[in-house]
Amino acid sequence: MALLEIKDLTIRFGGLAAVSEFECAFEGGELMGLIGPNGAGKTTVFNMVSGFYRPTGGSIVFDGTPTAGLKPHQVTALGIARTFQNIRLWKEMSVLDNIRVAQYYRLGYGVAGCFFRSRRYMTREAEIERTSREVIDALELTRYTDERPTNLPYGLQRRVEIARALSLRPKLLLLDEPAAGLNSADVEGLISLIRWVHEEYKLSIWMIEHQMKVVMSLCQWIKVIDFGRIIAEGTPEQIQANPEVIKAYLGDENI
Amino acid sequence: MQRFTVPALVAAAGLLLCLASQYGWLDLYVQTTIMFLFINVIMSTSLNLINGNMGEFACGHAGFMCVGAYVSSIVSVALFAKSTYFGAPLLPPGWAVVGMPLSLLAGGVAAAFAGLLVAFPSFRTRGDYLAIVTLAANYIIISVFVNLDMVGGPRGFMGMKKVVSAMGDVLDIPWMMLWTYAFTVFTVFILRRFLWSSLGKGVMAVHQDEIAAEIMSVNTNRIKLVAFMLSSGLAGIAGGLFAHILGYVNPSAFGILKSTEAMVMVYLGGMGSLTGAVLSAVLMTGLGEVLRPLGIFKWVVIPLLLVLLMQFRPAGIMGNRELSDIFPRLRRFYKFK
Repeated sequence: MALLEIKDLTIRFGGLAAVSEFECAFEGGELMGLIGPNGAGKTTVFNMVSGFYRPTGGSIVFDGTPTAGLKPHQVTALGIARTFQNIRLWKEMSVLDNIRVAQYYRLGYGVAGCFFRSRRYMTREAEIERTSREVIDALELTRYTDERPTNLPYGLQRRVEIARALSLRPKLLLLDEPAAGLNSADVEGLISLIRWVHEEYKLSIWMIEHQMKVVMSLCQWIKVIDFGRIIAEGTPEQIQANPEVIKAYLGDENI
Repeated sequence: MQRFTVPALVAAAGLLLCLASQYGWLDLYVQTTIMFLFINVIMSTSLNLINGNMGEFACGHAGFMCVGAYVSSIVSVALFAKSTYFGAPLLPPGWAVVGMPLSLLAGGVAAAFAGLLVAFPSFRTRGDYLAIVTLAANYIIISVFVNLDMVGGPRGFMGMKKVVSAMGDVLDIPWMMLWTYAFTVFTVFILRRFLWSSLGKGVMAVHQDEIAAEIMSVNTNRIKLVAFMLSSGLAGIAGGLFAHILGYVNPSAFGILKSTEAMVMVYLGGMGSLTGAVLSAVLMTGLGEVLRPLGIFKWVVIPLLLVLLMQFRPAGIMGNRELSDIFPRLRRFYKFK
């Protein structure tokens, strides 16, 4: 059974079809790329997969469960985690707390348990703290555990955001332009980080990226969309040579 | 040993207060002021959960206090006192010793459910629009009690003094001081525990980035529901205490002015700081009493101090820090989590 199966996915905002007839399938373990010019509908696809937008048509089935009608937090609990184009950490909470809150879906205790510190609460909180610290250590953020993200440089904030997404123990990780706003040294670090995460956690990664260096060196398979439609797909080499893609990115006259 | 320092201090302070009231070391006026101070602490810490930690602008907190005040008064008068409203008491008045705090809790539960009036709209609305909803909730609640003739309507409801004196007949100790102190400690304790837990941190996450919270598996609607119900429930307990201390409630006492008072304390103390909220409640009540000789000019001086504070320290007294952030060595005596 496929991990993620997207069929005929369409969304219209008023009269505009932002994404139409999008298809995609993950068997599990892939590292796939989604590219396209600005405004092509890439983030819209991610927003539909993570449950944030309700598609107008088509179906998304994750791990055997159709995600139609689920709230974003329910979709996340199924095993889809994501990061954002513009970093969306909780800036005034420590790195540790950022990751603790992301364990919400497996809290395992209720409000009363938290008032009276039930035994269940104590064991669950201890577990949450331990797993949070494990993720922090694994991503080499130990030094910044009690730091607030506002005080961290941009590259580290990216890393924290990825750590937060990983702490959800996802089966599929969506990365929305992870290299946006990073300098070239940070980009190198990011490439090896993503490669390491992919191997270490054995998960599927789907990423939107504009920097060709990142996409071409990481992705095994790439889909290209323009005006909400898939215009090409293939291995990095095939995409680089595809005239349709070059046309979409550079326009007609240059060819 | 050190982890018992703070609980022991809290218990000792309570005991001292009760002894001082019992043996008349504090006169009645000072006692009443201290009890109103504690009520203000409950009001400001509970509102701080919404305005400070969750970042909403709730300006109808007194409405929930009103619900708590009425419900607990009605329960305790109906059960333990002879009244024109309900006739003979349903239970022996002496049972009020146990029943009164339970009636306060009943008031709190009722107020928590009244909080749904704000919690449900908050699923879809935020910011200024939700502020209007909270304001409307305040007015709705007051209008309901003004128009409820069976509990006195605009004339108010009384009889709680009988319940309090019935408690005194069983055992002559300063009951109201005891319960006011106990419920204040309870409020701060519950809020402290809630805000430290991963569940409670979700409240801050909703404040700082609601979309990220939802995507990171936080059930934001549940968080809002819990936060609003907890906050208004605690305000309800404060209302019940208020009603039993005065022995008389009147819907007009819980208007927008009372709500504003609670809000001022939150902003004075620093948004999202529990210690700040406690501190500012103490400060505001203290100032109100110290400046009493100024008469009407009190209400020129206090707002002026507020204007100055907002000019030079807009984050409030504590900002969003807690006592343990300012004096890290305190951590040795108490696990601040």
